Amino acid sequence: MNMIILIPLFSPLCIGIIKKIKAIFQNRIGASIFQPYRDLWKLFHKDEVISRDASWIFKLAPFIIFAVTLVAGANLNGDILLIIYTLAIGTFFLALAGMDTGSAFGGFGSSREMTVSALAEGGFIFSLLTISNINLASHGQSFLPGILAFAGFFIVLLAETARFPFDNPATHLELTMIHESMILEYSGKRLALMEWASFNKFLIFCFLGANLFFNFGFAFIPIIIFAFCFAVGFIESTMAKFRFFRLPDLLIISFIFNVVAIGLMF
Amino acid sequence: MINLIIIFLIGAFGSLILQRDDRLANIWSNSLAIIGALWGLIFSITNFLYRTNSTFIIGKNTLPILSLSLKIDQLSTFFIFIISLITLFSSIYALDYVKHYFKKYNIGALGFFFHLFIVGMFLVVTASNGIFFLIAWEIMSVASYFLVIYDRNELKNVQAGFTYLVMTHVGTVFIIIAFLIMYRFTGSFDFGAIKSGSLSIPQLMKNVIFILALIGFGTKAGIVPFHIWLPVAHPAAPSHVSALMSGVMIKTGIYMMIRIFLDLMQPVPVWWGLLILIIGSISSLLGVLFALTEHDIKKLLAYHSIENIGIILLGLGSSLTFTSLNMPGLALLSLTASLFHTLNHATFKSLLFMGAGAVINETHTRNMEEYGGLIRYMPQTALFFLVGSMAISALPPFNGFFSEWLTYQALFQGIFTLDSTIKWIFIFATGSLAFTGGLALACFVKAFGATFLARSRSEEKHQIKEAPLSLRIGMGGLALLTLILGIFSGKIITFAQKNVHLSSSVSAPNFFVSFLVIILAVILIARYLINKNQKEIVSGTWDCGTTLGPRMEITATGFARSIILIFKGILKPTIQHDIEYHDSENRYLPKSKLVTLKVQDIHHSYFYQPLKQIINIISFKIKRTQSGITNAYILYIFIALIVALFFIL
Amino acid sequence: MFKLLSKIFKTPKKTILVEKKISGSLSIRQVDAGSDNACEQELVALSNPIYDIERFGIHFVASPRHADLLLVTGPVTRNMEGPLKKAYEATPNPKIVVTVGDDALDGGIYKDSYAVVGGVSKVIPVDYHIPGNPPSAKIILSHLLKIMEIIKNNKEIRI
Repeated sequence: MNMIILIPLFSPLCIGIIKKIKAIFQNRIGASIFQPYRDLWKLFHKDEVISRDASWIFKLAPFIIFAVTLVAGANLNGDILLIIYTLAIGTFFLALAGMDTGSAFGGFGSSREMTVSALAEGGFIFSLLTISNINLASHGQSFLPGILAFAGFFIVLLAETARFPFDNPATHLELTMIHESMILEYSGKRLALMEWASFNKFLIFCFLGANLFFNFGFAFIPIIIFAFCFAVGFIESTMAKFRFFRLPDLLIISFIFNVVAIGLMF
Repeated sequence: MINLIIIFLIGAFGSLILQRDDRLANIWSNSLAIIGALWGLIFSITNFLYRTNSTFIIGKNTLPILSLSLKIDQLSTFFIFIISLITLFSSIYALDYVKHYFKKYNIGALGFFFHLFIVGMFLVVTASNGIFFLIAWEIMSVASYFLVIYDRNELKNVQAGFTYLVMTHVGTVFIIIAFLIMYRFTGSFDFGAIKSGSLSIPQLMKNVIFILALIGFGTKAGIVPFHIWLPVAHPAAPSHVSALMSGVMIKTGIYMMIRIFLDLMQPVPVWWGLLILIIGSISSLLGVLFALTEHDIKKLLAYHSIENIGIILLGLGSSLTFTSLNMPGLALLSLTASLFHTLNHATFKSLLFMGAGAVINETHTRNMEEYGGLIRYMPQTALFFLVGSMAISALPPFNGFFSEWLTYQALFQGIFTLDSTIKWIFIFATGSLAFTGGLALACFVKAFGATFLARSRSEEKHQIKEAPLSLRIGMGGLALLTLILGIFSGKIITFAQKNVHLSSSVSAPNFFVSFLVIILAVILIARYLINKNQKEIVSGTWDCGTTLGPRMEITATGFARSIILIFKGILKPTIQHDIEYHDSENRYLPKSKLVTLKVQDIHHSYFYQPLKQIINIISFKIKRTQSGITNAYILYIFIALIVALFFIL
Repeated sequence: MFKLLSKIFKTPKKTILVEKKISGSLSIRQVDAGSDNACEQELVALSNPIYDIERFGIHFVASPRHADLLLVTGPVTRNMEGPLKKAYEATPNPKIVVTVGDDALDGGIYKDSYAVVGGVSKVIPVDYHIPGNPPSAKIILSHLLKIMEIIKNNKEIRI
């Protein structure tokens, strides 16, 4: 239950840390790690401009998406399929909201987001299945399957939270956006909720990874999450974003890792 | 039970009598269908509560192999429940929907065939004698054929009806042969006698019966590659009939598969279940991939039916496997998953077809590329379609999620407890289910988004109004039902887990309540606490300063283009550009451009086309025996007599 | 390792905490109303490690809906007049319009040309102006920070 408060509270901090790490790699000082909190605060106090073509789905979607991340956060110790499909509700409404205003960018952002999300789901379900049942394995080493499952999970984490090499969260070129293009029409408090929801999603994935793969104890979780942030920042600074049609190859690789992991386990 | 059939027969003949007056025929046929459906619901619910099984015979046993015997056990009751439920909402919907056909076609005939169709379905799920079953099967198929070609002014509908008729009779041929083999070895057509005599059927013959029944009932259910009638016949029929066909009729194929494989033919070898698992996986994947390529809204929904039948078969296959391996607890889990998904699919698929019918009524086209912005004119239809889309994409808290959850649990248990080849088949099945879920979500974002959101993609030629009241009541009832089935699925889930220990569990009411509470809290805090003084201004969409027209929005084809290109090995897309230039000699400045994305139907090219060619070649060869000379024919009769005498003596 | 960690958690010394309404975060959307790209080069330089505008909490955004401040360059050409107005309307309140470069003030070297409207203030209401042709990145940065200080002291923003 306390996860409902902790996850929205600390997710902007994680994103701030990632931006800071990217800045350090670029030899700049960069914004402070608390900057996302200031951004959100400012956005909540701005007016909004809403398109004439938008319907109630556009207006309601940010609330649903944010609530979905909170519900997923509250159920983190529960059933894995429930978490996955709860986050899928968020993706569904995000894609619909992207299409709702009828701008050219939102539509193909939705198209790409659904493509990536559809292919990532296979890897996601399998990696969580492998790791949550690793103690049921009757024979065989649980080390190699764990590593393979983690590799698969990490690729899905990058895909679902719109990080490199799937999507560039700092891009201004609409032709290269996946997640950003769907929120181009939002402003004010709705934009704040959308951004916060994507921060929450990142923290939920990190938390899932920390909890399931590196189960050393509750005190270690912040350190593991920090390690995830560092890894993501490192990848974003050293690697280029892939061309869109190379992404399915990467997702199928993740799926195959997980299938091999589960095959090795049982 | 007999009363049920009598009600529908009265409805059938009554509408024929009333065919002169369109309005009266419509009201008569639909109200009787509603009464009959309510009766069926009460009947099935009391059967469940008191756990009654009944067997009876209509009339006396006059004919030697045909006895009009009905056996209503819990499985039949479940299917009677599903049929009654969907008939109820479909008839409420039809009250205003059929008005669209007034003065064009014979409403009395529509009512007649509609009721006959329902009678056929009821008899199919309760018949207990092979011949009686085949009669009921034929009634169902032929009545639905007439319903498919009802809108006969369109040539495509008549062609679709023909395809449907041929395919369903091909399936019936396989079923007849299967029943004949069963008769040969057990001496009777009665299901009871077949069950007790199943041990005397040699294993080879059992395998043959399995393949024949799989093909025969699979044709009705719509498994790949025998599904080709589904995407043409379901769009052609009127929408309330499509809802019934897609929601219920294809499930009768599943019912008979359960009846024969799990009930009559026991004990069965393991590979039966594994084959069904593989077929289910391939069906679901191919179904959803082809759905993504479609921009005819009803064809898209028909392909999704194929996908969901694949999912139901996954549950059925694992149930068969577990039964063959003597794991009754897991078999119960899988079978419950399969049957629950049958019920859920019936509800949300009917809901979606009804929504599509309402939209088509107003816009007079089935092409999704001409929709757009309908949410402004048809807000309630859009809401119900949204509920249906969320249910079919297995999003909690609607019912689709819970039945897919149960199917996943059954498959997971298979992975954990079985070994080597069987385990890998289960892993393949789980992978296909995972991908299917993701792709179905993508497809319904496309379907809902292209139809209802943003602006219209074509000029509005006439005023689009909200759907009439009875359509909305029908759809709304089903939408509410999906939600209720989802929230109260706990009982079914605990029932499925009776003899099995599952590591995780999901609680629907908790989820739903927490979700609602959190959404309300977020809305209240964001709107009223933090954001008290901020205003919302309405302005144009940000379009980088250009003028937005209908061509700027994403089209349904464009939405799915990425996925089609990713799966181009299976789908084999071709893109064609038709460009019209301002100056046709100096081809420099284009005036208009039409891009068509077509997908090759691999079933036609790789399966049916070669089959047709083989049949053609054989036919031509045999044609030579029909020389037209009478002497040759007398020679043939003579040879046949000698051969027959040889076999008798 | 400790050095790395300390770098992450250190706050930059010279932060101008912009007044409470903007609260230390400013989103800038840059609109090119037909400029000759000289000002754009300087604006691009603002994001490099030397000038590093991000450490003040200022960042560039892709859509005017996300922006607080519209940074307009160039004499408004006739084709960009409509889009500039649309960009202005698409920005939510409270917003600030800042023009950069002499061209944006009254046309600059393109003054009185038939192809330009002649200055951004003829199209949308302008709040502040950064002079120069083009102003170097250092000047733009110091002017932006000065604008922030004026807002903070006046506690009033044009709507």
